[in-house]
Amino acid sequence: MTSVEHARDSHPTNPRPAFAQPRLILYVFLGGGIGVGFRLGIELLLPWSAEDGIPWAIVTTNLSGAFILGFLLTALGRRGPETSARRDIRLFAGTGILGGFTTYSSFATDTAVLLGTNPVLAVGFGTVGVLAGVVAAALGVSLAGALVREPSTQTEEDAA
Amino acid sequence: MNAGTFLLAMVGGGVGASIRFVLDGRIMRTVHTGYPWGTFTINVTGWLVLGFLTGLAHSSVLDTSWLFILGEGALGGYTTFSTAMVDIVHMLQKRTNGGPVWNGIVVLVLAVAAAVIGLLIGRAF
Repeated sequence: MTSVEHARDSHPTNPRPAFAQPRLILYVFLGGGIGVGFRLGIELLLPWSAEDGIPWAIVTTNLSGAFILGFLLTALGRRGPETSARRDIRLFAGTGILGGFTTYSSFATDTAVLLGTNPVLAVGFGTVGVLAGVVAAALGVSLAGALVREPSTQTEEDAA
Repeated sequence: MNAGTFLLAMVGGGVGASIRFVLDGRIMRTVHTGYPWGTFTINVTGWLVLGFLTGLAHSSVLDTSWLFILGEGALGGYTTFSTAMVDIVHMLQKRTNGGPVWNGIVVLVLAVAAAVIGLLIGRAF
C-alpha cells in the first residue's frame, strides 16, 4: 500500500487495521494470485534471457501497472470519503491484482543479470525503467484527476 | 511449463501478496517517518532472495520450474513496483523539488546491488 493509504489503514488509532482482518487478507490473496497469473502469462508470451537484451515482459507489466494503480487510487480517492466497498476494491484490485501484476524483484534481478552480460544496457534499462515508472504513475494520477470529478454533495453512504 | 506449475506460481503469488499486505501494515503501524519503509523493506528482502534463487538456478541447484514458482510467482507477488512508483508521485506532489526521483534512483541502485549479492551467493553453491 502507498503511504497515503497507510495513513488511514494502519494508523495506530485504528483499532482494527486492514491488515489484521482475515477477509481483507483473503481479497489481497485472490487479487495477488490473479495479478501474478496475468504477469506470468505475459512473461510466457515474451520470454527473456540475458542474451535477448531488454526484458519486455517486465517493462510491459510494470509500466502499465504503475499507470493503472495511479489512476485507480486517485479515482477512488476523488469519490469522497472511503466506504467499505471502495476499500475492498482498493485492496483487491490495487494491493492485490496490481501489486502482483507488477514486480520489483524481477526488475532488479534482470538488471543484475544484464550487468554481467551488457553493463551499459543494464544501467540504461534500470534508470529509464524507474523514470518511466514514475512518469506512468504520474500520468495515471493526472488522468484520473481530469476524468473523475469530486462529488459536490456527500450522497455516498458507507455500506459497513 | 505445465498447467500445474503455472497454478502453483499463481497460488505462490497470492501468498506473497498477502504476506506483503500484512508485513507492510505492521511496519507502517510502528514506523512513522512519512517514508514508505514497509514497501522498501519488502522489496529489499525480495531482491536478495530472488537474486539468491536465480543464482541457485544458474548453478543448477534449483530446478527452473521451482524458480518460476518461487521467484516469478511468490516473490513477484511479494515485491511490488506500482506502489513504489505511486509513492514517488505522492512525494513529488507534496514537494516541489526532484528529491523523490533521486530517491527512486538510489532505491534502484540498492535493488540491483542486493540482487547482485544474492546472485553471487547463489552461484557459489
